[in-house]
Amino acid sequence: MHSAVQRANTAATIAAILLATICAAASFLDAFNSPSLQAHVQVVKINRFRRQLDGNDEVKMTLKMSMDLTSLFTWNTKQVFVFLAAEYETDTNSLNQVSLWDHIVQEKERASFQVKVPTKYPLIDQGTNLRGKKVGLVLHWHIMPISGRMIQGKMPLSNFSLPDSYTTRS
Amino acid sequence: MDRIKFLGDVKIRPTLIQLLNLGMIICSALMIWKGLMCITGCESPVVVVLTGSMEPGFKRGDILFLHMNKEPIRAGEIVVYNVDGRDIPIVHRVIKAHERRDTGEIDILTKGDNNQVDDITLYSGGQLWLNRHHIIGRAIGYLPYVGYLTIIMTEMPIVKYLLIGVLALLVITSEE
Repeated sequence: MHSAVQRANTAATIAAILLATICAAASFLDAFNSPSLQAHVQVVKINRFRRQLDGNDEVKMTLKMSMDLTSLFTWNTKQVFVFLAAEYETDTNSLNQVSLWDHIVQEKERASFQVKVPTKYPLIDQGTNLRGKKVGLVLHWHIMPISGRMIQGKMPLSNFSLPDSYTTRS
Repeated sequence: MDRIKFLGDVKIRPTLIQLLNLGMIICSALMIWKGLMCITGCESPVVVVLTGSMEPGFKRGDILFLHMNKEPIRAGEIVVYNVDGRDIPIVHRVIKAHERRDTGEIDILTKGDNNQVDDITLYSGGQLWLNRHHIIGRAIGYLPYVGYLTIIMTEMPIVKYLLIGVLALLVITSEE
């Protein structure tokens, strides 16, 4: 009555439907996770503040950060990508967001840590607007699941002001 | 006796029905695809990850679901973009965003999580930034491994022809 091919077809279809349902359910349950994370950042030192040869301001600094990201993890979390963005506005630009540092946390056990690091990426402006500029530091995270919807979030941390003049001659 | 006499006529109707069934299946698949394109606002609502530049988050063979809307593009979003003159879209993360006050235009710099340097060398010519019109969509969801079949079919076309051949054979020879 039922050939081997028909049975294989039915089994495969049911398996696919079950797998899809489990993936959807896992992702759906992620939405109920309400994270409460803590973080603190401090600019330890401005290592370099100059005007590049092409005319744009450039800043490199050392940051001291501590954060606890454990509440972001669920059983459907593969990794959390976290980055610190410097956000500020200028006369020509309503918003500038520049990532200074990023990190990938793959395990819940390693989600709470402190680092003191130089910025991974320099803060480069489109122009020369950074002298004396007030810059906000915002922690962003991106929860990447084992399957399903990715969730983004952010938390403004402290502000700091750049020096009124360059610290290194270009 | 009749069957042998009107061999030509008898065979036509079932064959036409078979072809019609095949056409229906193809049309339904196309409708679903186009429908997805409308809902997600992207030209290709599903893409397969081809390189390891976003590991360990995305591996080769994973599928990404894309969505595009009028919301401004912000740092941290994973976007899929086409460089002028290249067909293969790239999936990387926005690490810098500068939004112009007067035009609302945005200058974007992207980088793969697993790459040491940002994408500036990938942009065509002397281009320093990506703009909104380069972005096909944002990655909002993800399924592991499912796309590996597509990669196999692209890199070893023989598998594609085999698969289509077997499927065609099954459709033609099935009774229902």
